[in-house]
Amino acid sequence: MKRLLPYIAVAFFASVPLWLQDQYFLHTLVVTGIFVIAAMSLNLLLGYTGQLSLGHVAFFGIGAYVSALTSLGFSVEIFGLQITHEPWPAVIGVLFGTIVAGLCGYVIGKLAFRVRGAYFVIVTISFAEVVRLVSLNWVELTNGPLALPGIPPLTLGFEWTGYATLWGKAQNYYVVLATIVLAYILIKRLVNSPYGRAMIALRENETLAVSVGISVTKYLVLAAVLSGAMAGVAGGLYAHYIQIIDPMIFMFLNTVTMVIMVITGGKGTLAGPLVGGLIFGIAPVVLRSYVGPEVQWILYGLLMILIVFVLPQGIVPAIERWFTRKGGSASASKPAGLVLESSKGARS
Amino acid sequence: MDQLFQHLVNALIMGGTYALLGIGLTLIFGIMRIVNFTHGELYALGAYMMYFFATVLGLNFFVAIAFAIVAGMAMGSVIEFTLLRPKRGADIDTTMLLMIGAWIVMQNAEHLIWGGIAKSIPSPLPEAPLVIGPVSISWLRVMVLVVSVVLIAATYFLINRTKLGKAMRATFQDGGTAALMGVNVNAIYTTTFALGSGLGAAAGALLGPVFVVTPTMGDLASLKAFAIVILGGLGNITGAAIGGFMLAVAEEIGAGYISSGYRDAMGFLIIIIVLLFKPTGLFARSERIG
Repeated sequence: MKRLLPYIAVAFFASVPLWLQDQYFLHTLVVTGIFVIAAMSLNLLLGYTGQLSLGHVAFFGIGAYVSALTSLGFSVEIFGLQITHEPWPAVIGVLFGTIVAGLCGYVIGKLAFRVRGAYFVIVTISFAEVVRLVSLNWVELTNGPLALPGIPPLTLGFEWTGYATLWGKAQNYYVVLATIVLAYILIKRLVNSPYGRAMIALRENETLAVSVGISVTKYLVLAAVLSGAMAGVAGGLYAHYIQIIDPMIFMFLNTVTMVIMVITGGKGTLAGPLVGGLIFGIAPVVLRSYVGPEVQWILYGLLMILIVFVLPQGIVPAIERWFTRKGGSASASKPAGLVLESSKGARS
Repeated sequence: MDQLFQHLVNALIMGGTYALLGIGLTLIFGIMRIVNFTHGELYALGAYMMYFFATVLGLNFFVAIAFAIVAGMAMGSVIEFTLLRPKRGADIDTTMLLMIGAWIVMQNAEHLIWGGIAKSIPSPLPEAPLVIGPVSISWLRVMVLVVSVVLIAATYFLINRTKLGKAMRATFQDGGTAALMGVNVNAIYTTTFALGSGLGAAAGALLGPVFVVTPTMGDLASLKAFAIVILGGLGNITGAAIGGFMLAVAEEIGAGYISSGYRDAMGFLIIIIVLLFKPTGLFARSERIG
């Protein structure tokens, strides 16, 4: 049953556009999906290496801006040098956005080697704020607060299949769903590989991990690059789906949303960001008809505090524990998760 | 050259309030080791309380400042008592998440209570500026500087010269031993958090009348306070005071000579550079460990 769960979930979500009539809700699901990808990427850093990046929205925003600018074209002057770029296809834009966000992840990963804990958090926030201020002030490139409108939607296809431009919500929905599945498989394979075990070892006990020959820099940088690139993909998809971006994309509250998704769902679990992401992606839409945005954010904040007190490990580990307690046989099928869980329990 | 003097005087005045903000946070982040994201919201709270007491209730300007500080200390005590006391000894990530939650709640509560429209606080001081040679300063800003310096001196005296200050220093150096010596450790935790919060609120109450009061004013204040604390070295009160003035100079020079849009970027660049090259801060004394 447990083994089948991911397939059932994918089949269910793949069927959604077939029976869902409400276009607005479908739109919500697409945006939620994009944030789920970002939350999965944050989970890679926060959950598996234990480094909390509170500037994660920077990777997302960089992915979005680079992708948008690559596909829109731009003309700027840097130190007297005129640089003009002709518009390229949107897919190439997403690719470039991913690469640039990954490079930024590399820089942040290198920083993480020098500063840890609270300092790392503050460095990442500072990084995001600097990027936000640049996007706001470099009007020639980013159009500043006036936003970048008219970003073309994604066009997929090959010469032998013909091209399809993704104007519709359902088409974008499938692209996002496919990306989530890919990201899930990638993270799952990574976490269960020697690389993933090394990252977890670093999180659990760095001194011990180093003493058995695990290179801190190598694994932290790897995690940061992958995490940054994945957030960049999410940003690129966002830019081409929404088709307009402005510096508000770098809002700190977007990072907070990702963090809440990860810790509510369960950091360091594969399904955590998916569960947390679905709850916090859909909750605002449901709440919107009852309360204003301020009250909604107050509820978010209170929920965050409540979770730290009541479910410090998140929802997914709590459910897993509940199942393990109920049917003793379930514990044998998933040794890795259990080891992870018990070691976390011992730490807190 | 005249322009430079004007920039430096402006920086001196901003520096006073930055120093208050930084000293408040260095007590909480540097000494108590709590990554306090609510610091900026206490700054905003100070400004809103100033608006409430001085403009809405029409109290005397200086009485209103005192009340705003007391309100900040009360709020700080509440946060410490409800959120941090039950999680004493938890790892730094846990308290940080709690503080982020509290930050979001406080900021949006401000938005809900006061609305999103910026509030201005009229000052009773003369409109005509004080002119010294090429430099002109408004009397309001002179008052801000004087009050900040008095508060900085009072905090320094409290920490270094009084019995309470000694108890604080003892508690955070070695809580167990301090408790054995008869220090009420729990009370000291709350007092220190309240003191730091009060200083943050004081900065807000002083800058409220200079600028305008908005619900999001706390965000940048938080991050600037972190910049100052890192610049001065964790828990170093003199360092935080100097750091506050340095950040103000960097911002003023950055805004005056590079671009005013990048004024607020200076603090973040300082954080990144200091943490890369001298993570212990510029004025760190060598710490004894063990």
